[in-house]
Amino acid sequence: MPIFAAFLIGLLFGFGLLLSGMINPAKVLGFLDLAGDWDPSLALVMVGAIGVGLIGFGLSGKRRRSVFGEPMRLPTRRNIDRPLVLGGLGFGVGWGLAGFCPGPAITALGAGESGAFVFVAAMLLGMWLFGLWQQKRVRQPS
Amino acid sequence: MSIDWTAFTPWSALAGGILIGLSASLLLLLHGRIAGISGIVGGLLQAPDGDNRWRIAFLGGLIVAPLVWTLAAGAPTIQVDAGYPTLILAGLLVGFFTRMGAGCTSGHGVCGLSRLSPRSLVATLSFMATGFATVFVLRHLLGA
Repeated sequence: MPIFAAFLIGLLFGFGLLLSGMINPAKVLGFLDLAGDWDPSLALVMVGAIGVGLIGFGLSGKRRRSVFGEPMRLPTRRNIDRPLVLGGLGFGVGWGLAGFCPGPAITALGAGESGAFVFVAAMLLGMWLFGLWQQKRVRQPS
Repeated sequence: MSIDWTAFTPWSALAGGILIGLSASLLLLLHGRIAGISGIVGGLLQAPDGDNRWRIAFLGGLIVAPLVWTLAAGAPTIQVDAGYPTLILAGLLVGFFTRMGAGCTSGHGVCGLSRLSPRSLVATLSFMATGFATVFVLRHLLGA
């Protein structure tokens, strides 16, 4: 039952990406192109998502256990450090290059979009490389 | 800046955003998890807590969504202008740096801002800034 719920919640997320146009890299780049013919649509995606999220997270953020009895795994880190900022900056460059971020790219796999397969394969490699790099740093502190 | 009114789709954007917010809220309410896609995929690679079933189910839902959508409403528009070398570079950067920054558009941009997390605000401002800057350089300085 919880597994089926997770599937439906993923399906709902995917519908949101499809309906909003986030799934389409050309539309995402139209939003990121402030100096050109700017398409403000994706700002409204954020308004809708965060508007609902503020209520949803406000309600469930105080719970001690989830409805399915699992612990609430909310991030506990509060420090604003260099990896956070560098990670954000580097991610933005990749996002601006192709117009794909992780959610839409994975959803576009289901549409059989060949560019999404190339992007997701490279993304998995990038994640794996970060894991390697981090392990190395832990073993040899600078 | 000039607004491209023909491309502007306010209602579907807002409605799609509401579905995303609803999904993220339900994942937290029912499963106690954050709907951050880079974190979910990264977790699948690392399995930090040994429970990958919900991750696979959630990602499966994402992938099935366009199939259901196509049956009901026709094939979605997905226009990829970037060539394979650009997609590979973009994918590597997105994979590496979303793990470094512990989040992407969904984890920081939607869930983090909904939690009013200062960390997520800093991350979101960071990736928005370089997202805008990258497109500016590509389209208006390099003319690609």
